[in-house]
Amino acid sequence: MPPKDNPKIFAPACPLPLRDYPTVTLAHGAGGALTKRLVDEMFAPLFKSRELNRMHDGAVFDTPERRFAFTTDSYVVKPLFFPGGDIGCLAVYGAVNDLAMCGAKPLHLSLGLIIEEGLPMEILWRIAQSIAYACDRAAVNIVTGDTKVVDRGKGDGVFINTSGVGVVMTAHNIDATAIRHGDAVILSGDIGRHGVAVLSAREHLDFETNILSDCAPLSDPVLALLEDDLDIHCLRDLTRGGLATALIEISDKSGLDINIREAEISVDGRVKGAAELLGLDPLYIANEGRFIIILPAHQAPRALSILRSIGVSKSSGVIGAVAVSEGGKGEVICETALGQHRVLDLLIGDQLPRIC
Amino acid sequence: MKFVDEYRDQQAAKRLADEIAKTVSHRWTLMEVCGGQTHAIMKYGIDQLLPDNLELLHGPGCPVCVTPAEIIDQAIEIADAPNVILCSFGDMMRVPGTHTSLNGAKASGADVRIVYSPLDAVEIATRAPEKQVVFLAIGFETTAPTTAMAVHRAKKLGLQNFSMLISHVRVPPALEALLTSPGPKIDAFLAAGHVCAIMGFTEYFPISRKHQVPIVVTGFEPIDILQGILMAVRQLEEGRADVENQYARVVNERGNQQAQAIMACVFENTSQVWRGIGALSKSGLKLTREYEAFDARARFNLGASRKEETSASVCVSGKVLRGVKKPIDCPAFGRKCTPEHPLGATMVSSEGACAAYFRYSRKRD
Repeated sequence: MPPKDNPKIFAPACPLPLRDYPTVTLAHGAGGALTKRLVDEMFAPLFKSRELNRMHDGAVFDTPERRFAFTTDSYVVKPLFFPGGDIGCLAVYGAVNDLAMCGAKPLHLSLGLIIEEGLPMEILWRIAQSIAYACDRAAVNIVTGDTKVVDRGKGDGVFINTSGVGVVMTAHNIDATAIRHGDAVILSGDIGRHGVAVLSAREHLDFETNILSDCAPLSDPVLALLEDDLDIHCLRDLTRGGLATALIEISDKSGLDINIREAEISVDGRVKGAAELLGLDPLYIANEGRFIIILPAHQAPRALSILRSIGVSKSSGVIGAVAVSEGGKGEVICETALGQHRVLDLLIGDQLPRIC
Repeated sequence: MKFVDEYRDQQAAKRLADEIAKTVSHRWTLMEVCGGQTHAIMKYGIDQLLPDNLELLHGPGCPVCVTPAEIIDQAIEIADAPNVILCSFGDMMRVPGTHTSLNGAKASGADVRIVYSPLDAVEIATRAPEKQVVFLAIGFETTAPTTAMAVHRAKKLGLQNFSMLISHVRVPPALEALLTSPGPKIDAFLAAGHVCAIMGFTEYFPISRKHQVPIVVTGFEPIDILQGILMAVRQLEEGRADVENQYARVVNERGNQQAQAIMACVFENTSQVWRGIGALSKSGLKLTREYEAFDARARFNLGASRKEETSASVCVSGKVLRGVKKPIDCPAFGRKCTPEHPLGATMVSSEGACAAYFRYSRKRD
């Protein structure tokens, strides 16, 4: 316990970060500006890891023979079941997709379950079956696991943590710092389905929709792109915080601007309707089966024909391009429907309470 | 998407902007009343499409922004009491009271919950009979009918554990106040379409006539707003001062009679303090005698003190709400005051003018 017991070592060199927040708030876990501050100001300086500092979806590390990718994520979605998915398949696809975004073929997952006392066994059974099905679909195995049960009232039914390892299928570095001026930005489909599906299933929210979550494994399209030897610079799945947050993180890390056109970004009419009604911006709504690909513009047509041949990415399209930043600091600039331009910013917290 | 895409059409917007530029021959100042309109203006860059001699002032139509800090303080006091669940709209959570916000109270252990409708709070009360459930009821005439419905339902269900801390406000007295108080001259108003969907617009006829000011009931999409501006500018150029309805696909003159009936049954007008504007007579709503048992102020012995807003900070949100200042005129804007650390409610709410400027006004140039 060095921090508390040894003030000599700790206190002078490491003042408590985030002094403006005496307590942790929900916004610290929402994936926006406050989550970034928590990681940047508290964890990254303490853990001092080159891999962590890349702030990618997973870490890539070399062994004498191969390069591996490693990732972890926790799932606290409410409700446990929503149209098109549930917390079980989400936990599998989440880890699989994080590995895919590193250019890796997913191999093995760990599964940690924190279950609340009183959870009906039938619910746990349905979740376990969903996990098994998702593993089959994504061609991964659960190779280790852990189960804890907490007192009633200390958890929302069940929390899941998954970690995953995969073999990296490319010699290139796939991360935000690899993007270049002139690169094309491809989006793998329409956005906002997962967030709206989860919202519609929440109790106390009186709206109904037949929108299904887009949750799906993304390793097939990624591996197909890599097999074709395309020079992929960056991949990112658009989970919490949506498309806008993913792009902002990439531009911030790379120091380059990303220009996107709102008109090119496809949003299903039902998602648009729900978003209008609830006052949400689809650019910030969570997805669980969409990703962006940033690669040299001349390779975009080839990438598109590969992506469009695979179900999960069949509606892929180019939504924008990377450019040298005029301000020197990378920003995401969105051309609005009226042809005006605005800079996209990280949200402070959730658009709505906890989606996933 | 029908009823949305056609109102965001770039060519149509350009045609309207050209028409506005052709029509304007004098310098005119228009105020859009509703914060939703302010956000659309900033989000789509509508202000950039307008001629230089046409100025848009942002009005007080942000329910979160005009809620006095005292109400937040009272809500926190209630939430801190034992066995209480305080329910509120999400927008209220981060608004600073005198010392902290509802989010702060929640992080310190109070049971504060976000609901999407006051009826959800009634539902929570029926499921938790051992708790006192309090709904923080804010908003303009648009949200007041559902608040009224919630009280009505609670009474019907005989709920003993449900009450409301009410800070509802009405638009017409605020327009009167803006027209009679010192400050920038407002040549015309774009009235808030959704408020009029409930209330109709007969209340605006005497205001328009008395002050010789055009009032155009206007929607929230870019094309709506540009059309509203064009209609207002035409009136000004022709020397007319009428009440016109741009938003006819949603609003009719008499409004939603059913909603008005339930409001009339549950509420009566009362004096109300507006953050940044002060107390305005008949500008708020209180429960009628028949429903007064559901008043949280009485249930929690809060009293009905109506102290004026005092603000020691540099925040100019009061002036922003009256159209006297623009967000960028504030020395704290974007520096000491950001959406993460808001000094005033106008930086917090999704309808606040400062939040709109912060989020949307950073342009490429």
